[in-house]
Amino acid sequence: MSSARARIAAKTPEWRAGRAGWLFIAPAITLIAVFFFLPVGASLLLSITDFDLYAVANPANVRLVGTRNYTDLLQNPTFWLALENTFYFALVGGPLTVATSLGAALLVNAKAVRFKTFFRTVYFLPFVTTLVAVAIVWRYLYHPQYGFLNYALGAFGIHPIDWLGDPRWAMPAIILLAVWKNFGYNMLIFIAGLQSVPEDLYEAAALDGAGAVRQFWHVTLPNLAPTFFFVGVVTMIGYFQLFAEPYVMTTGGPLGATTSLVLFMYEEGFRWWRLGVAASIAFLLFLIILVWTAIQLRLERRLAA
Amino acid sequence: MLRGRTIRAMLVACALTACNGAEAREQRVTLRFWAMGAEGENVQQLVREFEREHPNVSVRVQQIPWTAAHEKLLTAFVGNVTPDLAQLGNTWVPELQAVDAIMPLDGYVAQSVIVKSSRVFPGIWNTNILNDTLFAVPWYVDTRVLFYRKDILAAAGYDSMPQSWPAWREAMEAIKKKAGKRQWAIFLPTNEWMQPVVFGLQNGSPILKDGGRYGAFEDPEFRGAFAFYVGLFRDGLAPIAGNNDIANAYQEFARGTFAMWITGPWNIGEFERRLPTAMQKSWATAPLPGPSGAPSGVSNAGGSSLVIFKGTAHPKEAWELIEFLSRSDIQRRFYHLTGDLPAQIDAWQDTSLAGNRYAAAFYTQLQRVRPTPKVPEWEFITSKIIDASELSIRGGMSTDRALAQLDAQVNRILEKRRWILARVAHAQHDSTSTVRIR
Repeated sequence: MSSARARIAAKTPEWRAGRAGWLFIAPAITLIAVFFFLPVGASLLLSITDFDLYAVANPANVRLVGTRNYTDLLQNPTFWLALENTFYFALVGGPLTVATSLGAALLVNAKAVRFKTFFRTVYFLPFVTTLVAVAIVWRYLYHPQYGFLNYALGAFGIHPIDWLGDPRWAMPAIILLAVWKNFGYNMLIFIAGLQSVPEDLYEAAALDGAGAVRQFWHVTLPNLAPTFFFVGVVTMIGYFQLFAEPYVMTTGGPLGATTSLVLFMYEEGFRWWRLGVAASIAFLLFLIILVWTAIQLRLERRLAA
Repeated sequence: MLRGRTIRAMLVACALTACNGAEAREQRVTLRFWAMGAEGENVQQLVREFEREHPNVSVRVQQIPWTAAHEKLLTAFVGNVTPDLAQLGNTWVPELQAVDAIMPLDGYVAQSVIVKSSRVFPGIWNTNILNDTLFAVPWYVDTRVLFYRKDILAAAGYDSMPQSWPAWREAMEAIKKKAGKRQWAIFLPTNEWMQPVVFGLQNGSPILKDGGRYGAFEDPEFRGAFAFYVGLFRDGLAPIAGNNDIANAYQEFARGTFAMWITGPWNIGEFERRLPTAMQKSWATAPLPGPSGAPSGVSNAGGSSLVIFKGTAHPKEAWELIEFLSRSDIQRRFYHLTGDLPAQIDAWQDTSLAGNRYAAAFYTQLQRVRPTPKVPEWEFITSKIIDASELSIRGGMSTDRALAQLDAQVNRILEKRRWILARVAHAQHDSTSTVRIR
């Protein structure tokens, strides 16, 4: 009886429309399931095991350890150091990158500037070059004895700084490199944002007697707010995943001063093959980024309101 | 007419070459050989000679940078793309053996006239034996000795390097007394694990105990050695500096910033190249002093060995290459190319080695080498040893507390190993009891 009714219901136009809908999104859903949810689920599983080199040799050597990886991590000083370094990098480097990008965008977009396309290309160049190649050049720039940076500072009477060898200076050096490398991309987005600000707003402001600074605060910035939040969120997500810069420049040293969470995860996972531990670091990092992005989005909503 | 003949000739030629090609293709073997750093670069020349001797084998040497080698080897194993044979740092052999990646070689050695345990320094040969089975053949050897400034030592009132710890320390104090403000007796890079471990080995510490199940760092042997090591920094005899803190160690050595340096054979060539000519007569090498005189002055059994991976389709050819690289004449040429000290004792009779006064200390030291613990976790444990030494030297933590912390960390790392060993023992026990029941 009920199955007969179900069969009739199954043939209704709504069911057909629904089926068509599911068919249309099926490819996308399948792709997301196979390439996102499956790996995420697998690594969550991995994070509650002690999967390591022994397990690579023989799968029978895997044990379920529950939350032990996580509790061990919370007691591991290297984890806390990596967390501290990651926040240092993201909280200092992130705003610095956004500010530099905005500054560059304003300069390039200014009416008085000539050769705009040329400057736009030049500022964007660092972003498209390979980091590894760039890192070699920067290592020369940072060289304590023969580096250009110390040479330039020496002209002002500043004593040579061991940029990559001194635990206090290594992170600032990495931040400087990252800002230089990444500001070009954000700059392009800011330029797009700037160009979408209606010209008549500036005219009206100018007629009301607003100078360049007041125009910037009261016309440019409010109109750029959506761009700002986009750039902010994307930059911060990227910066929490700091890896390549310290990997090629310092391999996490000196004294762990540039070990980021992702570098720590890489070392645990692929240097020591402690994949269980590495997976749990990945999940903690995921949580950190999730919480941080949620905070940023809430901030945006509050400021927009 | 002419055209016809040319075509016929071409056809014949084609047939011949095609025929040859097919035959060659059947027998032609390509060996993939991974070698690290300078060795990978220089071995290319030797390999060409091997190819001349074995026309059916071609060898592709892949050069891997040392800094990435460990990751690459394990990743290749997990990804099932291991080479046919490779160079391994001696301390990595247990790790690759634990994952069952490399072949036992006893069968080959038994039939070989070139590779024999009696022809290699025993301490070095021993590093490659795991569970009574040989897994790798020593290629070149490496151990640490003392490089020192003869003139500074003489100025402090010593004609030769003392051989026991107390006398050695006295010499360092005498040097320090005469030294300037930014000058020290010895350079021991704080970010190296080798020095504290070698002192531990000298003082009779097994480093790990119970078959590599627990750390032995708090035991009196290692504690004594560690106190001696850290004391050199606390008393101002050694600068608190890592390798990266000293921009150019050769320059500093020439300046007399430090009078002694524990380092390896590659630095013989570097010293000859980089020290000023005037300095060339004032430096020397000496075997390491020991707690109670020369016989206790052991050092590490370092260097690289050659292994064959289990995944290879050409174990015979791979073994032939290992034999070739072990030949005394080839070892001697390898020494001239790289400066790496030969593992084959015969090769040391070469005049350039036998007559080299700097190499003599290494020859003596190589009779007194001990392997570091042969557990797969060793590489990971060394990173913890560095942490503990830096905490003590830079962080001012008491040596006892640093070692207690180190033992706790190491015991945690070895927990998995203990579990596996217990399981294996259990399984063996079970199987023997079933045999008995039958």
